[in-house]
Amino acid sequence: MATETMHINMGPQHPSTHGVLRVELDVDGETVVRARPVIGYLHTGIEKTMESKLYYKAIPCTDRMDYLNPMGNNLGYSLAIEKLMGIEVPDRVKWVRVILAELTRLNSHIVWLGTHALDLGAMSMLLYTFRERESILDVYEACSGQRMMSSYIRIGGLAHDIPRDFDKVVKRILDEFPDKLQDYEALLTDNEIFINRTKGVAVISAEEAINLSLTGPMLRGCGVNYDVRKAEPYSGYENFDFDIPLGKNGDAYDRYLIRLAEMRQSLRIVRQAIDGMPEGPYRARVPGVVLPPKEDVLHKMESMIFHFKIITEGFKAPQGAVYQAIESPKGELGFYISSDGSNKPNRVRVRPPAFINLGSLPSLVEGRLFSDVVCAIGSIDIILGEVDR
Amino acid sequence: MREKVSKFLHSNFGDWIISEETFRDQQSIFIKPEALSPICRSLLEDETLGIRFLSDITSVDWLGHAREKDGRFEVVYNLYSLKYKYRFFLKVHLPADNPQIDSLTPLWEGANWMEREVWDMMGITFIGHPDLTRILNPEDMEGHPLRRDYSLTWEQPQFTWNKDRPPEIKG
Repeated sequence: MATETMHINMGPQHPSTHGVLRVELDVDGETVVRARPVIGYLHTGIEKTMESKLYYKAIPCTDRMDYLNPMGNNLGYSLAIEKLMGIEVPDRVKWVRVILAELTRLNSHIVWLGTHALDLGAMSMLLYTFRERESILDVYEACSGQRMMSSYIRIGGLAHDIPRDFDKVVKRILDEFPDKLQDYEALLTDNEIFINRTKGVAVISAEEAINLSLTGPMLRGCGVNYDVRKAEPYSGYENFDFDIPLGKNGDAYDRYLIRLAEMRQSLRIVRQAIDGMPEGPYRARVPGVVLPPKEDVLHKMESMIFHFKIITEGFKAPQGAVYQAIESPKGELGFYISSDGSNKPNRVRVRPPAFINLGSLPSLVEGRLFSDVVCAIGSIDIILGEVDR
Repeated sequence: MREKVSKFLHSNFGDWIISEETFRDQQSIFIKPEALSPICRSLLEDETLGIRFLSDITSVDWLGHAREKDGRFEVVYNLYSLKYKYRFFLKVHLPADNPQIDSLTPLWEGANWMEREVWDMMGITFIGHPDLTRILNPEDMEGHPLRRDYSLTWEQPQFTWNKDRPPEIKG
């Protein structure tokens, strides 16, 4: 009997593509012969927009890339500019940033968990994880007044000091979350349907993963120990005690286990940081570069002048290029900032982990079953806002 | 590690290395365009440095800046050694007319999408790339939006309000 391959267009409005991803698939019966991800539906030219703005004013653009990791994006950009300008921030700032970055990791991972489980048919997970996510969004709201696009971490410090009940809110999360994680694990880890859908699916070897430039849980899932927090510590991560969970088989199930283990490690870091929170200013004092505290702006002449100057004409950066990587929930998020000596960056390049990880999709699904494509896309953990920028 | 990389490159490819600089503790090595592919191949094969990870490829447009005289476009290769946890940059300057350079896809599969993005956004051709097509922008788009002479407000397909001249925007 003559057979021919069939061309299937999956997306861009398919519910399991996490946004607007389109995948062109050639299938031979149930086997995928060729897969070609088509992206760009959310492309908004964020890099170009950031190049047209003063260094300070590009921060709100960073929130909108990986919208599940707003604090992490703020942190990466701020650290890059601090490196470029040679600013050292106070310890209190570092500690608060670590807490927020780790809570953001929790936020991103639980949303991933809910949507991934939903893709595989476990609808109730989504409802549980979104309930827990609220408590993290409450922290954002308490800090910045915004639930999603926080823009709270600024160059040289924070937008303003943490709220008075910060301790209480964060500690409530620390107390509640371990039980919740146990509930998730009870629902999925030994669930036969979940195991059948994920074990041995979307497998990638360590060699291939390195060749494809994968980072984050995708890379650690095959046992390669690379986490930017340990490899190139930033923002005081060297002061905290935590482990890097590693997988063995490089399949979707291992990535699931790693993300769950990472959530536990994040809680561990947050607990250490909140217990050892140092006192001090919430912003570095670098006249002309870092905005002076708001209290000073209202009462001191010089502060007001600097505030006015930074907002209107910004500051001039030295000529040169810096690269700052942070470990976002998806992998290595890097900011490459090339300065030409003026008050605007000559080039802002974001190394988007989700974009580069998504490039591995053909290797994950070609030659495998058609029904596993959804699981493969889910296990990469993509955010189309970041893929397309 | 910095000296090791520097020594390795200078002893094997001395003629192809233009200059070296360190800014904020990050090492950048400027090389000639034709040297890229052989240098990367030998870095990848060399066991002592352990440079096996291509972290990123990006590009910078120096239009209207003093550095334009070296070549308007700068392509930046971000390499990382997982073994020694060391990162450094290979940088190549390319001329304004017909900028092109060897593709790294034979060495790293991950270079595929990175090079497609650089081509799409900056218009640099990668010789030997298997599928050099637009990745973020639509197929029928004209121009390369990250170039400095591409206006921020220029929209395609053009709307009537900016058909003749894109409006000026001040940051």
